[in-house]
Amino acid sequence: MRKDERIGLRHGAGGPAMRELVRSVFARNAIARDDALGLANLDDAAAVRVGERWLVYTTDSHVVNPAFFPGGDIGRLAVSGTVNDLAVMGATEPLGLACAVVLEEGFAGAQLLTIQASIEAACAEAGTSIQTGDTKVMGRGEIDGVVITTTGFGFADRLVRDDGLRPGDDIVVTGTLGDHGFAVLARRNDLRVEGDLRSDVAPLNRLLAAALAAGGDAVVAMKDPTRGGVASALHEMAEKSGVGIVLDEASLPVRAPVRALSELVGIDVLHVANEGKALLGVRPQETKRVLEALRAHPLGRDAQRIGACCEQRSGRVVLDTGFGRRLVAESDGELLPRIC
Amino acid sequence: MAEAAPARLEFRDRDRGRALLDALARWTDDRIDDPVSIMHVCGSHEQAIARFGLRSVLPPGLRVITGPGCPVCVTDAPEIDEAVALAESGIRVATYGDMLRVPGSRSSLADARGEGARVEVVYSVTQAAEMALASPDEPLVFFATGFETTAVATAAVLLRDPPANFSLLTAHKYIPPVMEIVAEMPATRVEGFLAAGHAASITGWGVFEPFVARHGLPVAIGGFEPLDLLAGFAALVERIRTGRPGVDNCFPRMVTREGNRRAQQQLWRVFEPTGGVWRGITRVPNGNLQLRAEWQRFDARQRFAARLERARRIPAPPTRAGECRCGDIMAGIATPADCALFRGACTPALPRGACMVSSEGTCRIWHEYGGADPLAADVA
Repeated sequence: MRKDERIGLRHGAGGPAMRELVRSVFARNAIARDDALGLANLDDAAAVRVGERWLVYTTDSHVVNPAFFPGGDIGRLAVSGTVNDLAVMGATEPLGLACAVVLEEGFAGAQLLTIQASIEAACAEAGTSIQTGDTKVMGRGEIDGVVITTTGFGFADRLVRDDGLRPGDDIVVTGTLGDHGFAVLARRNDLRVEGDLRSDVAPLNRLLAAALAAGGDAVVAMKDPTRGGVASALHEMAEKSGVGIVLDEASLPVRAPVRALSELVGIDVLHVANEGKALLGVRPQETKRVLEALRAHPLGRDAQRIGACCEQRSGRVVLDTGFGRRLVAESDGELLPRIC
Repeated sequence: MAEAAPARLEFRDRDRGRALLDALARWTDDRIDDPVSIMHVCGSHEQAIARFGLRSVLPPGLRVITGPGCPVCVTDAPEIDEAVALAESGIRVATYGDMLRVPGSRSSLADARGEGARVEVVYSVTQAAEMALASPDEPLVFFATGFETTAVATAAVLLRDPPANFSLLTAHKYIPPVMEIVAEMPATRVEGFLAAGHAASITGWGVFEPFVARHGLPVAIGGFEPLDLLAGFAALVERIRTGRPGVDNCFPRMVTREGNRRAQQQLWRVFEPTGGVWRGITRVPNGNLQLRAEWQRFDARQRFAARLERARRIPAPPTRAGECRCGDIMAGIATPADCALFRGACTPALPRGACMVSSEGTCRIWHEYGGADPLAADVA
């Protein structure tokens, strides 16, 4: 970010522009440490060593438009976003959450109560609760409805980073792709396709605890593919790990209505946000066991091995379409602003 | 597709795709030293080829060349200068998002917007006309770019009696004439053309018969799914091998011989062909579409002639065209890999040439999808 530059929507899109913004502004003085994980690492959450364990903590603001969408609302999203950022680091038992709410003057009480009920229900699913928070109100037109920021913490016995991949590892996804982004897009633009378009927003900590219990140390990397989608998440993992990733298009789990909308509007499923999915890097000998554990959980029924890591093409993601191969690009635009 | 998506996509059948690729390899086996050269003239074709990874598996005896098929890329710099001049003079200008960052002689519409000019991005000409209707007291100019497919939409809006404050700065181009030019370019050496299926759904495939007769080169109409493309390549290779030029309609579910008569009537009621420069290529006789006399009240060039005249008097700085090879790439003489700026000084974030700006530009597509690189990597 230069002094003569201005913030664009792409700086919040989860792709290269956002990473560059974070690196050049917020993390510019970050120093890597052995006993802690922080801004220098740009992982899903930070961690500090406490005795034999790691205390993992993170924070996440939610600005989704509309605040209510098929499959969820901003309350469920706010809890899931933070719980999932902890869980993909290996902290699958969140000890508690803080929740800061900024409301617009005139916001309807009924909507606020619905959001609070969603927050409580999502916390119950994740086995945690909101323990502290903050409330602010801004004048009409000074903010669009509601913004919710959640902060969470939990312990991990072993940190699962996003840079642990090596050649030969498998890439596993816990379920179908693109559900959240396309559900919000369809609601926002009143687009209708045959079938049920619902956000996948969900807390994944119990699902990922099962995967870690089954795979142990063979689960070498995890990340939740939210903004920027699978394309951005895998680029980050490949770049930090120093491997290439080859995806098999035929094995990507995609629901029919999502596929239809993706074709209709010309937006690649790999570029679209998920709010209830995780990507796992797994040593190949344990892939079967991890997939079985994931599929035994209701949130992991559609889990698939979608690709593998290689030595060549370090930092790149390649898609095998069944006809030939091509690079997967990251989207760096204003594709779907305010998706989470 | 995995179980979650049971829908069968018949034009993406991988087995049939591989069978066609095998056939293409056999039929071009004797041309490995001098590959069969076919050209497509459509950015959406290059996108589809790239998206399905076809470029990485084309046989060595077949060369698929990208032609002047990106409407954004062939819009000439002086046409962009006109749009910039109108915007800078305070007039509200609406255009398609891809046009925003294409450099003119001095600057782009995005630059003008950064300096405070009112430049609106629209998804359709209809949206621009609605914008004019919503603010009837101020003029709104729609910078109308694109080939005959897009020009039909522009014509339809004029025929529906748009508001009086609405006008057009037209830079529409017409594909069939440029094929004549490219077919005659000695450096290009094209043996057959893949024509764009969506454009042909309007013009009909019959429009290419005179071309085939004049140049003795085959034309295939191609759709945008992998089997559409491979079937088009196969039809062309077959005709080239056997020396029987003709037109093959490989997109019959969309294209007829006559095309869409009503759309054609609308197009030619509003527009007439005129000569014009295609950026980086040359002057193309009948290659541009201009408003007919009875529609000139909607012509921004007439309405704002004084402002445009003032802008034209400012001399353009010398261009750096020598470095950028967009022109050669659109004429099929070079590929992005031949350009010294590609993957270095010219990227989508900081484009030097029009082909890196548009999502239909060859450089942009090769940058994103990897181009002709086979992308071989060892995975289990």
